[in-house]
Amino acid sequence: MFSNKLKEFNELKKTLPLITFQKFVDENTIVVLNKHLSFSLQVLKNHINYQYSLLSCISGVDLLNKNYRFSVVYELLSLTFNSRLRLKVFLNEVTFVTSAVSIFINANWWEREIWDLYGIYFDKHPDLRRILTDYGFEGHPMRKDFPLYGYTEVRYDDTKKRVVAEPVELTQEFRSFTFETPW
Amino acid sequence: MLLKKKELIRELKNFTINFGPQHPAAHGVLRLILELDGEIVTRADPHIGLLHRGTEKLIEYKTYLQALPYFDRLDYVSMMAQEHTYSLAVEKLGNIKIPRRAQIIRIIFAEITRLLNHLLSVGCHAMDVGAMTPFLWAFEEREKLMEFYERVSGARMHAAYIRPGGVNCDLPLGFLDDLFLFCNQFAIRLDEIEEMLSGNRIWKERLVDIGIVSAKKAVDWGFSGVMLRGSGIPWDLRKTQPYEIYSELDFSIPVGNSGDCYDRYIIRIEEMRQSLWLLKQSLDLISEGSIKTNNYKISGPSRAEMKNSMEAVIHHFKFYTEGFVLPHGETYTATEAPKGEFGVYLISNNTEKPYRCKIKAPGFGHLQALNEMSKGHMIADVVTIIGTQDIVFGEVDR
Repeated sequence: MFSNKLKEFNELKKTLPLITFQKFVDENTIVVLNKHLSFSLQVLKNHINYQYSLLSCISGVDLLNKNYRFSVVYELLSLTFNSRLRLKVFLNEVTFVTSAVSIFINANWWEREIWDLYGIYFDKHPDLRRILTDYGFEGHPMRKDFPLYGYTEVRYDDTKKRVVAEPVELTQEFRSFTFETPW
Repeated sequence: MLLKKKELIRELKNFTINFGPQHPAAHGVLRLILELDGEIVTRADPHIGLLHRGTEKLIEYKTYLQALPYFDRLDYVSMMAQEHTYSLAVEKLGNIKIPRRAQIIRIIFAEITRLLNHLLSVGCHAMDVGAMTPFLWAFEEREKLMEFYERVSGARMHAAYIRPGGVNCDLPLGFLDDLFLFCNQFAIRLDEIEEMLSGNRIWKERLVDIGIVSAKKAVDWGFSGVMLRGSGIPWDLRKTQPYEIYSELDFSIPVGNSGDCYDRYIIRIEEMRQSLWLLKQSLDLISEGSIKTNNYKISGPSRAEMKNSMEAVIHHFKFYTEGFVLPHGETYTATEAPKGEFGVYLISNNTEKPYRCKIKAPGFGHLQALNEMSKGHMIADVVTIIGTQDIVFGEVDR
């Protein structure tokens, strides 16, 4: 599949409401509008010519200071045609994505992870809880404006006999080295 | 006396228990909320994230080379397999070709890693189920394998040996001879482990027909690796989307037919045999040559060269302080790690640090099917199912 870029793009465009089609070495990416996401996934999964029946993973990306704040990236795999396809949607802080759980059941945890780390809301998700961060954690740590060292640190308080969260205290100021070559 | 119907119906309440996070059979820090109906599991809700270290976030603040050791620490029983995936991803973005000797060394270590992982997986699985001996035998062999790690990198586990552009340093003298000796004796150890387990009545009673996953379900749940092959789908990235020189090597993919825990155990044993076969082939194929790309922007110059050339010293300094810049691009590179498809979704933005590095861990995908796999089984079978999924929390929680 996807040997000739232009031909394939036109072919895909007949079935899917694509915006762009990107090719990098042997990897194909398509971008669709947020509202067409469920439809596109449905078609890619069930269409006899695609059969992308296995969802490898979903990742969120924070595109701070770009036109769209976030993108959600779906990695699809077709076992029948031995082909991978990447599907992307773009959204901003106030928009949401429709959950893919009704199409791919394993989207469940991947979407929970993105909700946890990026704060992207998945509509119609059956169980949108935090997954990786601590119970009672606040904020979405993978966002680019979330500091690496976080806001709170935890320690065991011997008098209260429990773990307490306190504002983080750095003994040395956080240094981020950017090597924009000085010479 | 009149019996009222209401009094005849006894109300049963399901029992909810915490399994873990300190349970030895939870393979680390899995907290499982089990809802039990008697001894039958009706719902299993895994709570993960107790080992979350924010690897992906940390990687965004490190140069491409500094990010590499984090991959050792993800799945800490198959270290080099993950370095390998990351290195392949970086090489794809930078369009870097590596010499043939480096590719074969990588395959040698990828297969050693597979042995390491499957030994632990089978050994610990056996111990969870109640067989102590194979665990001890497996760990003895693991120790020998980790010695090979130590000989090339100095570290038993977190090697940071496979790097973008090749491998860090050449194999020490006598390494390949010892590997050959190991291969010859390991086949016998494998037979012994199998003798102990494969026909064992208790082992079979505990594993056969437990945690059955149909082929369709396995695809729906996005399984990969042994979990997918156990259900009868012949899918191995080394064969289907070959990387390095796997396409030149001869090996077969073991496939299960009933999709239960026993099939997956048999597949792991057979994969170890195939790995041995691959190791022997690599030993035949390996030849003299350089072990990393000669582009000093991507991999540092050798010590010997630095003694003679000012250019090399400058390259060395720039390489280990600034790192190297990858042009704009993004890639999802996946390899067949011992646990399944380990993928790295790497976005570069023309700086020396990755913009985003998403780690697709196979265990994360498998663990979310735990509820469905353990539903209707006894509570003791949950342990078997966790064992067969080969969960390691380093990679699940990242």
